[in-house]
Amino acid sequence: MKIAVLLTMVPDLVDELEIDAAGTALETQWLRYVLSESDDHALEQALVLKDRYGADVTALALDHGDVDQTLFTALAKGAQEAVKIGPLPRPDPGRREAAAIFAGVLAAWSPDLILAGVQAINDCDGHLPGLLGGLLTLPSIGVTRSVDIAASGTVTVLKEYPGGLAAEMTVALPAVIGVLSAPQPPRYVPVARIREVTKSRTLASAPTPAVSGPPAPTIRRLFKPEPSGRAKMLTGTPDQAAAELVSILENRGVLR
Amino acid sequence: MTTATTPDVWIYVEHLRGAVAPHTYELLGKGRELAAALGGRLIAVLPGHGSRPLAGTLGAADAVVLVEDERLASFSAEAHGAVLAALAAGGMPHLLLCGATSAGIDLAAHLAGALGAPMVVNARALAVDGGTVIATSQLCGGKLLCELEVAPGTIVTALAGAFPADAGMSTREPQVETAEAPEALRQIRTAVTRLLEPSAGDVDITRAGVLVAVGRGIQRKENLPLAEELATLLGGAVCASRPVIDQGWLPLSRQVGKSGLAVKPGLYLALGISGASEHVEGMKDAALIVAVNSDPQAPIFEVAHYGVVGDLFEVVPPLIEALKGRRAQAA
Ligand SMILES: Cc1cc2nc3c(=O)[nH]c(=O)nc-3n(C[C@H](O)[C@H](O)[C@H](O)COP(=O)(O)OP(=O)(O)OC[C@H]3O[C@@H](n4cnc5c(N)ncnc54)[C@H](O)[C@@H]3O)c2cc1C
Ligand SMILES: Nc1ncnc2c1ncn2[C@@H]1O[C@H](COP(=O)(O)O)[C@@H](O)[C@H]1O
Repeated sequence: MKIAVLLTMVPDLVDELEIDAAGTALETQWLRYVLSESDDHALEQALVLKDRYGADVTALALDHGDVDQTLFTALAKGAQEAVKIGPLPRPDPGRREAAAIFAGVLAAWSPDLILAGVQAINDCDGHLPGLLGGLLTLPSIGVTRSVDIAASGTVTVLKEYPGGLAAEMTVALPAVIGVLSAPQPPRYVPVARIREVTKSRTLASAPTPAVSGPPAPTIRRLFKPEPSGRAKMLTGTPDQAAAELVSILENRGVLR
Repeated sequence: MTTATTPDVWIYVEHLRGAVAPHTYELLGKGRELAAALGGRLIAVLPGHGSRPLAGTLGAADAVVLVEDERLASFSAEAHGAVLAALAAGGMPHLLLCGATSAGIDLAAHLAGALGAPMVVNARALAVDGGTVIATSQLCGGKLLCELEVAPGTIVTALAGAFPADAGMSTREPQVETAEAPEALRQIRTAVTRLLEPSAGDVDITRAGVLVAVGRGIQRKENLPLAEELATLLGGAVCASRPVIDQGWLPLSRQVGKSGLAVKPGLYLALGISGASEHVEGMKDAALIVAVNSDPQAPIFEVAHYGVVGDLFEVVPPLIEALKGRRAQAA
């Protein structure tokens, strides 16, 4: 079983986000990128299947942000291969263009199972797994919390619905699965191990295929929401804030 | 790309276990307004099996297009997408609106890929400006908003709670048109085998009067007793955001949000939770929301009534002490 895991780099929200002078994009000069959280789960899901059934896991990513580090980490965690796709037509393509690029690469390689995070925090013109399913004419199922290999040529997934309800679904391979969570937390790999892999392994590279598709939507304005001013902020030392909060709760009748 | 677009607005009608998803009425209400501004009709597209009774609840639409087939009984992007693709072949609407829900995001993205249609996700506002639809989408967990022009023929997902549901409710009997199930359903490779109910948790957080909610800011499982002590003093229970559940620190039955539970306690005390729309969806109706977050720009402060900008590990201990002191006085 050949599994492709698609990894997308997204802005690190730990840092303050700055808007560029034109007011339509993020200022990228100091922007740090990290692996999208649900992609980390998609990778973990793939590695769980590798541990269980000996699947072949290849991690693929577009060449931008600190992607080498992310791909070497995927190798250190147990992926057999890591492929960097580039050079890119622009530094940080939208999800739509990214989907078309991945589709071009994957069409030539035809994995049995394609796993990707169900959505990324900076998705604007689409979500990768669904777009890929549509582009490659493969079934796609997103918002999953478990993927397991069932009878020959099928997988069983749990797709999440509100209230903790889940639909158990089967799909004949090849298929695209959009992972929300892996069945276990993403594994930890020591930095020393990543360093070792960085020295002993190389990343495969794949050229960016020519793609077409609808133009990206025109962005008029990218901005931070104005504070609604709804929350009354409790200031002062932590002790003062705690005391004020207790009296608010008393007045509201929350404390008996 | 499909054929030329019409001025119509289509709403994908999501349903689960014989009931229309509440979010669909929000889309219908907004769709009414947009269809009027665009000079088109509002069409509710309802793929299902034995779903005709649901059409009666969709009177806000000018027409309901009902497509019935046993392979459409449960949602899959493949099957329901095949229905919409077949309908779109007869003319793509100006706008197809889906919920940013478990089913909606799958369907919208799959269809956009299959049709080569443009897509815009996570809209929390939609308006028509001189004939152009303008969407305001939420990005980066609510830290950014993006205003963009929506081309004719675009598939849009809208956040739950973005529009009032009342405007989409109507007692009017809608006109129901039936359409043939598409041939493509014969090749469907996805099947829903069963629905799994959540396993009952040790506590039912939907019944708790006070909830102390912990997010990624709690950092480690070893820090949970801090929240538990606070919850006990307040006579409540501990619940959490998704990352805490994903780490296995608390069971799924304690998750609040889109894929967890919706709660409405008298007090919701959010500790180290950023306020992503998927979380807010599940707790925004709490009577009193208090947030403690070290980031003054955390979107949780947009929904909170009271906020403390600070390290939860510095704010919670004095809060616990104050509550203990109060209790000692009463005794
Ligand atoms: C389809 C789908 C369904 C989802 N369903 C849900 C759902 O049901 N429920 C849910 O919660 N999420 C859900 N999510 C995930 C959601 O998008 C967010 O990723 C999640 O809510 C973030 O959780 P968080 O706020 O705990 O973490 P983060 O967004 O990482 O925020 C942590 C916050 O803690 C603050 N912080 C850090 N340290 C401290 C400290 N010492 N003191 C005070 N504050 C601190 C930080 O400033 C930050 O604001 C879903 C996502 C998808 C795609
Ligand atoms: N998942 C993949 N997608 C695209 N190209 C790949 C993939 N896996 C491998 N390749 C390319 O194919 C070459 C041969 O791969 P392999 O046959 O797996 O050793 C590699 O060096 C890569 O350039």
